[in-house]
Amino acid sequence: MLKKVTDSDFEILIFVFPQKVYPIIHIAYMKKSEFPDPFEKTREAKGYGEMNDQDDPVTMLLRHKDVRKTAHNYKTFQSGAAPGRIVIPSEVNIRDTRQIPFEVDPPVHKEYRSIVEPWFKRPLQPEYQEKLAKQIANIIEEVLQEDSVEVVTGLALKLQSRALTLLLNTPFDESEKWISWGTHVFRSEGEALDGDKANILYDYIDAQIDRAAKSPTDDMYSVLLDSEFEGRKLTKEEVKGVMVLTFAGGRDTVINAVTNAIAYLAENPESLERLRNEPEITGKTVEEMIRYFSPLTQMGRVVTEDTFVCEHAAKADTRVSLCWASANRDAAVFENPNEIVMDRKINPHVGFGFSHHNCLGATHARQIMKILLQTLAEKIGSFEILDYEENIEDLHHFKRKVGFHSINMKFNPLTK
Amino acid sequence: MAKITFITNDEETITLEGTSGSVMALAVDNGVPGIDGDCGGVCSCATCHVHVAPEDMEKTGSASEIETDMLELDDNADEYSRLCCQIEITDAIDGVVLKVAK
Repeated sequence: MLKKVTDSDFEILIFVFPQKVYPIIHIAYMKKSEFPDPFEKTREAKGYGEMNDQDDPVTMLLRHKDVRKTAHNYKTFQSGAAPGRIVIPSEVNIRDTRQIPFEVDPPVHKEYRSIVEPWFKRPLQPEYQEKLAKQIANIIEEVLQEDSVEVVTGLALKLQSRALTLLLNTPFDESEKWISWGTHVFRSEGEALDGDKANILYDYIDAQIDRAAKSPTDDMYSVLLDSEFEGRKLTKEEVKGVMVLTFAGGRDTVINAVTNAIAYLAENPESLERLRNEPEITGKTVEEMIRYFSPLTQMGRVVTEDTFVCEHAAKADTRVSLCWASANRDAAVFENPNEIVMDRKINPHVGFGFSHHNCLGATHARQIMKILLQTLAEKIGSFEILDYEENIEDLHHFKRKVGFHSINMKFNPLTK
Repeated sequence: MAKITFITNDEETITLEGTSGSVMALAVDNGVPGIDGDCGGVCSCATCHVHVAPEDMEKTGSASEIETDMLELDDNADEYSRLCCQIEITDAIDGVVLKVAK
């Protein structure tokens, strides 16, 4: 009989015979930047999982095809339920503000989306990319001066916060405040959601909207307040809904994507070398990392009528989730799904969601990741991972590694 | 060398020449409005949707299954729809006319 023992670092196989336990053949070393797929067996066996979440259970859709089909069917699987309900863990008890356009269904969704979309496409402009490249180069230069850096707070949080000043078109100094909030503004350390911490953000946004209403600038608050929706201006509550989405949607996700990408390159120096030698694959590598890391595990929908998902009954007013992380490892779609194939050519991943509600911040996030990889290839010779603590999401029956709580690293410059 | 003509939503006609790479990359490099190519050409974003002129379908071929799955979500999609990141530039597509969907 073969018994398997795993912890975060090692996978060990022990041969157990009737009377004796023969120790230990050390079979495989699990890399620090490896992100196992906890959904594989369930996805292949039945296609859906179940989890409880604050007594509002969720049927998790695990297959690529079901996830995409369900994401597209907004009539039966709605986003415009009670604010916070489609988020997992549910935020129903900690907020009343509807996030826009995220928690609105078509056709109204489209009206809102078309207002905000041009603003969120600005990262395609060369001048935006130049500013972002300068920010990222500065951060990498900073960490190169240190003996060791805790990458989550000392690099990823800073990078995310500073880059957000570009997306919002607000003064750079605002990022200092956002950095001081730490990585857990919206969520406490444990599983439970922390209303007090969320209030810091909401109070801040309210104050910014009031400020912009009084003396408009060319920042995002002012532009939104001046936007036309169905023949009137957006209300302050609507502007707040867009701003909360912008702050919350792009925080943990970007921080995890940045941290995980750096951990991966630290452990795979040949990949960093490849980015140096073949810079033309960088865009594909970004997409592949988004697929592999899937920074957002899942997003919920509320069922509007009794129906079936994956041959499983889904009752009206219950929740399903679109498990992006599982869909992105579906072997029916992706060859070698558990490997990072840096130049994967066809990659219909759902790491930025799918259909009407696909990620509004994706253009910004893609530029961050692309410029980050370019900058690392240009400036970094090698990295060492000193110590780390993994961030494991507890999804009831599934435990998913989504990133790191902390990871200390040493950055070594490229010497030419 | 292939000449490729884009007709934008504003009815502007832009003719570009290319020798290799994808039609999406050619359009993005030359700033054709409505072709964003956000994902860089791996068929995950559907921001490079074009309608091929019916008489040119033979040259470009029709959409693959993965493209069709992506296009399904677009109300404007029809039998002439392609994601132009999946159209390679070769002499074979010289002269095609593509109407930008967005």
